[in-house]
Amino acid sequence: MTKSALVEATARKVKNFSKKDIETIVDIIFNSMTESLRSGDKVEIRGFGSFKVKERRSRKGRNPKTGETINIPFKRVPFFKAGKDLKERVDNKQNL
Amino acid sequence: MTKMDIVESIFEKFGYSKKDVSEVVDAVFETIKETLERNEKIKVSGFGNFSVRQKRARRGRNPQTGEEITIEPRKVMTFKASQILKKAINS
Repeated sequence: MTKSALVEATARKVKNFSKKDIETIVDIIFNSMTESLRSGDKVEIRGFGSFKVKERRSRKGRNPKTGETINIPFKRVPFFKAGKDLKERVDNKQNL
Repeated sequence: MTKMDIVESIFEKFGYSKKDVSEVVDAVFETIKETLERNEKIKVSGFGNFSVRQKRARRGRNPQTGEEITIEPRKVMTFKASQILKKAINS
């Protein structure tokens, strides 16, 4: 399912909102989560999950092709942890 | 940041009430959950992909007692951040 399909499916659930407005809302949701993570703040959506940023120290690596030693710089990586409700619903046993 | 902060930033842009905005935000996350429940992938361009992976049964150990246990086959969620999100976080 893509973002546009997500907008369509959400539009079927809520009244009083145009599809265009729902599209804008979906964009704001993901943009504000990105902004929050960019500023180093974590994102917590009850029942869905949480996003946070972990830091990776710089380290020495090796180019596997040439064997050359290279420096892998410090970086931040985003992480998602599914919430209880989402975890349980994804692991519904009758669907195995 | 919580759902309330997201609702707040949407509310600032629209004439809708916070209650209505909150309902839409809930509906968006509910739709994502329903989709994953059907084992269908969600792709949000610019943000990342949510998908479900099947894990096989494996032998494990209770780290407290050392007792051997079988970990049942299960399904877990994975999130893969998009290049855009990764870049944004490092900028």
